[in-house]
Amino acid sequence: MQANTKQTEHKRNIFLKKIFGSQNFGDLIFERLTLLFAVFVFLLVILMGYEMYIGSKISIEKFGWSFLTNSVWDPVQEIYGALPIIYGTVVSSFLALILSVPLSIGIAIFLSELSPGWLEKPLSFLVELLAGIPSVVYGLWGIFVLVPWIRNDVEPFLSERLGFLPFFRGAPYGFGMLAAVLILSIMVLPIVASISRDILKSVPQSQREAALALGATRWQSTKIVLKDARSGIFGATMLGLGRAVGETMAVTMVIGNRALISPSLFDPAYTMASVIANEFSEATSDMYLSALIQLALVLFVITIFINAFAKLLVWSMERKLGTR
Amino acid sequence: MKFQKIISALFLTVAFSMLTHAQLQLNGAGATFPYVIYSKWFDEYKKETGVQFNYQSIGSGGGIKQVIEGTVDFGASDGPMTDQQLADAQKKQGTTILHIPTVMGADVVCYNVSGISKGLNLDGETLSNIFLGKIIKWNDGRIKKLNPKINLPNKSIVVAHRSDGSGTTFIFTDYLTKVSKEWETKVGKGTSVNWPVGLGGKGNEGVAGLVKQMDGAIGYVELAYAVQNKIHYAAMKNKSGNFVEAEFASVSAAAEGASKNMPEDLRVSITDADGKDAYPISGFTWLLVYQNMKNEAKANALVKFLKWSMKKGQTYASGLYYAPLPKAVVKMCEKKIDLITANGKKIK
Repeated sequence: MQANTKQTEHKRNIFLKKIFGSQNFGDLIFERLTLLFAVFVFLLVILMGYEMYIGSKISIEKFGWSFLTNSVWDPVQEIYGALPIIYGTVVSSFLALILSVPLSIGIAIFLSELSPGWLEKPLSFLVELLAGIPSVVYGLWGIFVLVPWIRNDVEPFLSERLGFLPFFRGAPYGFGMLAAVLILSIMVLPIVASISRDILKSVPQSQREAALALGATRWQSTKIVLKDARSGIFGATMLGLGRAVGETMAVTMVIGNRALISPSLFDPAYTMASVIANEFSEATSDMYLSALIQLALVLFVITIFINAFAKLLVWSMERKLGTR
Repeated sequence: MKFQKIISALFLTVAFSMLTHAQLQLNGAGATFPYVIYSKWFDEYKKETGVQFNYQSIGSGGGIKQVIEGTVDFGASDGPMTDQQLADAQKKQGTTILHIPTVMGADVVCYNVSGISKGLNLDGETLSNIFLGKIIKWNDGRIKKLNPKINLPNKSIVVAHRSDGSGTTFIFTDYLTKVSKEWETKVGKGTSVNWPVGLGGKGNEGVAGLVKQMDGAIGYVELAYAVQNKIHYAAMKNKSGNFVEAEFASVSAAAEGASKNMPEDLRVSITDADGKDAYPISGFTWLLVYQNMKNEAKANALVKFLKWSMKKGQTYASGLYYAPLPKAVVKMCEKKIDLITANGKKIK
């Protein structure tokens, strides 16, 4: 075993000599330096988590797990329960995904499989442009265009046709969960669509050619490509979810900002990022500040899980297809 | 020729900025509500004396925190510091914190009911019942009784409040706490509270946006914001039983009324104040200063500035939509300012 590694090391040295004339010391420095940078990112994440844990200590000690299960958020009485806020974040994000993922995948399939070359470039550009619009602009558009439309047309229509369901009851304010879901789905769309397109494109051309050569239709060959790309598309979806979970400005401008758990999409709700952004600057007492930092910690943990999950999936998909 | 001019202008600005850098600079942080008048004051004062102020409007909470930590020369807040906070500051900085009222603001109750453009009357009891979710229709008997001449529609009331923590909310909830026992026990007062009903909007513009968009909505915004944006607001019944519209005179009258039994440390709420012309949802905003400062030059400059703000500074107030302090309160403030020392020595 040892001899084996020695042998490979020897081989490597010869290889290095061939390239650099001698064993290059700079190479080693370069390697270590980049390693340091990589470790630095890792440390940064650990440090952030640690700082937030320390910052939220008094709140964690006082409320414990009830912070996650209690549904009263009352800064005056100093009672902090984040359940409706976590609920608002999770529900708004998942509903936004349900709306936007099928659309995104449709866009991605068209761009990678069906679109003629002259159309693909400008369309891809437009999709990526959507991702670059600042969220406050989405928020303003939400207040002045989306919300009045929801209040005057969408909500009356839904409550008339589907009012027997608990999801579409209540007063049509316009502001509320429905507006947040719609605006989030628009914001998530470009991310999921453009990553999915890249992933579909990374499926080897030979797969499609093989399928077509065997007499498959366009749709059948696309199905094969989709099957190859499914874990990557799932990863893209998770990244989109990460964006939705962390979105602050646009959501707080349309969601109605009320810590409330209600089945109705017409009712106002609240998200973690919005609460932090709204209340942080005027949080005077230590406990209040601590509770807000704990909320940030919860959000941080959720985001890390989502991102790690997504990265793992994309990675496993790439490994399956071999290195390129 | 032109080029030379540009070069010399550039030189001048560089030289000037170096000059001002050498000047004394006082750092402050806190409330956003008085930011407009404070930056005007700092600007004017710098022109007169060359003393530079660096003020960051990070919010009252942040201002109080920095005063306790001693990272600023002065703080600013829309709500007075609590006894606990004062004790913390005393312990950490070894000196008392003085509250100096600077100007006043007020909250107005704005509404959007189609067919009623102006002249709605409300009282504290009714207002608190609306915000508690106990009055849900505009044609409720309790609103009708206050507005016998207005034809109120059978329309649902939509409550709008601030979603971000703010001094505006503090003054509003402070008022409701005073006029309604039920509000006091169920909700209480603070920069953010657990609202029983309604939608939250971010900032004055957020609440105004909610009210403007929804027929039947009611909310509260700063007087300055309402005046600048020509938003209609309700007249409020004050302690003496008169319906008073918010304007600079009626806000100052509230301070006048409250000044008669002002506490020694000037930490006073002037909501629901005495006086027949007093507008009931009014409030001070304070500068928070250390009674004993460690840097003598800074202490001198700050005292001079504070005295200036009580005289010339007050004349800028109404132009910027703040209510100036009444004379009686100015006198009390000046007495307080005289207490400031530098390392225990009096400042002349």
